[in-house]
Amino acid sequence: MRVIIEEDKCCGAGQCVMAAPTVFDQREEDGIVILLDETPPDDKLDEVKQAIRLCPALAIKVEV
Amino acid sequence: VRRVVIVGASAAGLAAAETLRAEGFDGTITMVGEERHAPYDRPPLSKQLMSGSWEAERLALRDRGAIDALGAAWRLGVRATALDAAGREVVLKGGERLPFDGLVIATGIHARRLPGAMPAGVHVLRTVDDALAIRAALAAQPRVVVIGSGVLGTEFAATARGLGCEVTLAGKAALPMARQFGPDIGKMIADRHREAGVVLRPRAEVLGIEGEAHVAGVRLAGGEILPAELVLVAIGSVPATGWLEGSGLDLADGVVCDAYCRAAPGIHAAGDVTSWWHAGYRRRLRIEHRMNAAEQGAAAARNLLGAGEAFRPIPFLWSDQFDVKLQAYGLFPPEGDITIELDPAVPGRFVAFCRVEGRLWGVLGWNAVRALRQARQHLAESLSEVPQPG
Repeated sequence: MRVIIEEDKCCGAGQCVMAAPTVFDQREEDGIVILLDETPPDDKLDEVKQAIRLCPALAIKVEV
Repeated sequence: VRRVVIVGASAAGLAAAETLRAEGFDGTITMVGEERHAPYDRPPLSKQLMSGSWEAERLALRDRGAIDALGAAWRLGVRATALDAAGREVVLKGGERLPFDGLVIATGIHARRLPGAMPAGVHVLRTVDDALAIRAALAAQPRVVVIGSGVLGTEFAATARGLGCEVTLAGKAALPMARQFGPDIGKMIADRHREAGVVLRPRAEVLGIEGEAHVAGVRLAGGEILPAELVLVAIGSVPATGWLEGSGLDLADGVVCDAYCRAAPGIHAAGDVTSWWHAGYRRRLRIEHRMNAAEQGAAAARNLLGAGEAFRPIPFLWSDQFDVKLQAYGLFPPEGDITIELDPAVPGRFVAFCRVEGRLWGVLGWNAVRALRQARQHLAESLSEVPQPG
């Protein structure tokens, strides 16, 4: 899978980090999402989907 | 359940439809939306869309392909006018009746308006059409008066000031957003707005609008007139339940539901319109925030299919004002004690904690998103300790 983030949509809620901590992190200064792993292993798909569902700013997409 | 009707085609209704499909529901879904637009996102209306950094196309909650993949029948630009709860039908404007055996009510809220007819230039901000009209008017650099210093009014004041307009923020309260977050945080918000050149007019009692064809100002008690070519009325909201009157549902504060977002057998509600029993806080809540709409839409859909899960989220809201990113998890009730923990390393960065009877109820970050994530963890632990009813 390939994870795509739109930084300028991100509101820094941190939901993605809680849902998929090996895939997402947040910048220290403003909390904007950092993509740790653009192509995570398939067993992370459920976590990534959860992050997509929880993101209040709709800043995450995944291509499977 | 074979036929589901979802009234309200915004964040909550869309989440309900998507969750039904994700849970394997293969019956019919009919989406009814009063606005003619496909589901779109509202938080950017007072932020990126208003400032001009986004165009309206970016608000779409899903692209065409994802909408089509839902396999729903879409009735957009059509208002539901009545619910026949016993006969299991939703009545649309024009008289068409939609039979259902599962219903999700997600009609949201309307902006509260001032009474009486208004001259041109007096706006509310709820829909994309509202926002585009305001944005177009701001281009002429009008003098702006914002009536109401809650989250929306305060955020809009910041955006309009950022566009170079003269802005006066006139609220009933002594401090902006103090009703939401208490006087200490309200004072910091007030200071940030003053620094940026917003004129604050607290404890303002609005008596009327001046102007004939076009607004000329806002008249306050005591006779003062705040001159304005553009007025935003941001004095709260009214749950969109007019169409449910006479349905037999309890409409005491929006649609009154149990802990499972259920208003009646086979009838669930989600989003801003929904009052439900939060089993973690042990309190009835109605929350008008973006993330709640999505979470509650999903929960209502699962419970409609029989999941039987109490909906007990940690509420979240955010607001961007000038260079301040405010984020809050949980609740800040008036009886709460708020303490502020400054970040010693970074001036102007802090996390605030709201406790009720010693228990953590809410956390707020002021440009402190990472620290807030840790604080949220404490909040989640605190809430899970709350004894369950029954």
